[in-house]
Amino acid sequence: MSSEIAPPVSVDAGDPPAVKIDGVAKSFSGTVALEPVWLKIRRGEFLTLLGPSGCGKTTLLNLIAGFLEADAGELFIGDELVTQVPPHKREIGIVFQNYALFPHMNVAQNVAYGLRTRRVSRAETRQRVREALDLVKLGDFADRRPRQLSGGQQQRVALARALVIRPRVLLLDEPFSALDRNLRTAMQVELKEIQSRLGLTTVFVTHDQSEALSMSDRIAVMSRGRIRQIGSPSEIYDRPQSRFVSTFVGDANLFAADLLGRDAGAASLDVGGTRTSLATYQDECPAPGPVTLVVRPEQCALTAAGEPGTVPATVALSVYQGSYAELYLDCPAAEGGRAMLRVPASEALAAGTTVGIRLPDTGPAVFAREDEGAAA
Amino acid sequence: MKKSLTDHILDCTGRIVIALILAFVLLPFVVVATASLNDSAILSFPPKSISLRWYANVFEYRDFGEGLVNSLKVAAIGAAIAVVAGAGFAYVLDRYDFAFKATLNGILMSSLVIPNFTIGLGLLILSAAAALPRSIWLVVTVHVIIVLPFVVRSVYVSLRNFEKRYEQAAESLGGTPGHVLLTITLPLLMPGLVSGALFAAILSFNEFTASLFVVNQSTQTLPVAMYNYVREYADPTLAAMSVIYVAVVAAALLVVHKIFRLEKVLNVE
Ligand SMILES: Nc1ncnc2c1ncn2[C@@H]1O[C@H](COP(=O)(O)OP(=O)(O)O)[C@@H](O)[C@H]1O
Ligand SMILES: [Mg+2]
Repeated sequence: MSSEIAPPVSVDAGDPPAVKIDGVAKSFSGTVALEPVWLKIRRGEFLTLLGPSGCGKTTLLNLIAGFLEADAGELFIGDELVTQVPPHKREIGIVFQNYALFPHMNVAQNVAYGLRTRRVSRAETRQRVREALDLVKLGDFADRRPRQLSGGQQQRVALARALVIRPRVLLLDEPFSALDRNLRTAMQVELKEIQSRLGLTTVFVTHDQSEALSMSDRIAVMSRGRIRQIGSPSEIYDRPQSRFVSTFVGDANLFAADLLGRDAGAASLDVGGTRTSLATYQDECPAPGPVTLVVRPEQCALTAAGEPGTVPATVALSVYQGSYAELYLDCPAAEGGRAMLRVPASEALAAGTTVGIRLPDTGPAVFAREDEGAAA
Repeated sequence: MKKSLTDHILDCTGRIVIALILAFVLLPFVVVATASLNDSAILSFPPKSISLRWYANVFEYRDFGEGLVNSLKVAAIGAAIAVVAGAGFAYVLDRYDFAFKATLNGILMSSLVIPNFTIGLGLLILSAAAALPRSIWLVVTVHVIIVLPFVVRSVYVSLRNFEKRYEQAAESLGGTPGHVLLTITLPLLMPGLVSGALFAAILSFNEFTASLFVVNQSTQTLPVAMYNYVREYADPTLAAMSVIYVAVVAAALLVVHKIFRLEKVLNVE
């Protein structure tokens, strides 16, 4: 799938991947947590594993870190085969959601832990701890205990502790989900800055699609122990390859439609009685028959009721969002009878107004109805 | 909020029941404490005149002093052995899978259902058969057997609740399993181990039934010395002893509690 995305600038075409996951799989007493996965993580890349809770993200991360032993497959870090290498020899930095700072050590001792295990000299340790704490803007907190710090500060200490050992790969498991929204945004920016400054290969786990879209070089969307699609954020958002990906990443309006045929790249559709023809980005279209048409809210336009070629709908609710309003529409042609559009706040319509939804002539995707069963 | 009549009745009944339970639990101690102040040499209740002479007697009676020293020795050594062995066993139970794991666990826990006198009797027969001297080590052995299951349980529970992310973080930072155990796991489990040791020491200090079988005059523990005393004399000395006993154990608990509070203040958790 879509391996043609431009690699990050620092990457040589001939470089071996920073991490190569070759058919790695994991079950827990018969229950599959991770189906066999193949994945190459590029040097310096920020790769996000995105998926709903329980889809196997942490399992995959624990396999990379060596906390779990794979049932099958092989794992390479750089060109070293590490499948059998214990975690303490993998030189991987890891940051957990609950920080896991050692409560019986102060901030400086926490950060120095990985240097002490490496028998780095005292002078160098002091120097590197200071640099790492400066990097996360906690230079003045070296003597504090973890409990005396806020969640955001604790997470920055955890980051410094992982970075100070100059890891080959940095792994982060939902590191910001315990933080409130403003702090989370600030930390996202900070991490992204540090990561690109150091050119650090990073695997970031989240279930938050907007976090994934805003931070990643590439996103691997997972569900039910499988990677469903890998690509750049825009590729994932603009060209989802399955109904699951299109609905999990970003908002989507789903219309129950009949695919009548396809010629010259344009699919002709019957959307609840409205005939329309549109070009999809898909290389393969489903066979004619019942399909789901996936349209992003911003791809739809609102028209007066009864305009030819539009899908009829009625405004059910208008939700003010500051710069824009979300219009929730009763729309018989939409799955679940509901569609959503965004309009400038000044153009919000009162509930009960009948309108038409104009579908775009290019951009959306159609998926066979069978695919719906695979949605997790 | 307005309460209905039934709520009121339930409320009152609840308070009365709690008061009764408290009284029931504390009653023996209150009776004994009162009796210890009785001036006369019979264990009568309530006392007619007040005196502290039985407290003096506690300190003068030589068997009590020797018994106390023996008891403290046995409790300290026994608790130390039980915590090291129990913690090690609990760690293995928590972290490793091996053949007969369940069986081994079962055998260890079974001493919970084997009565103390059986353990004492067993060791008595064994030591006689092996012609072992009735030394203090025999008493220690019996006490370790008795307290070990409790220690294993309590350490096992702390290990189950232990946040494994700490160890994972330490391992990812290059800590070998042994180094992680020493620098992370053990320090963080320390409160659990200390309270396990204290629990073991108190159990051992109170143990009577099994000790009765394996002690001799020179190794008798305090409870055995008290039992021997009461077989000969029926004066309030033992009542005074009870009060001292409770005061000492309560003081020990208080000290430990203070230490842990101190750790909280120091943010050691
Ligand atoms: N140690 C374990 N024992 C048994 N099942 C587990 C264990 N760890 C994870 N699982 C199961 O594996 C699946 C994937 O879990 P996980 O990787 O933690 O998901 P995610 O991180 O995406 O939320 C879940 O169904 C979870 O219940
Ligand atoms: Mg997880």
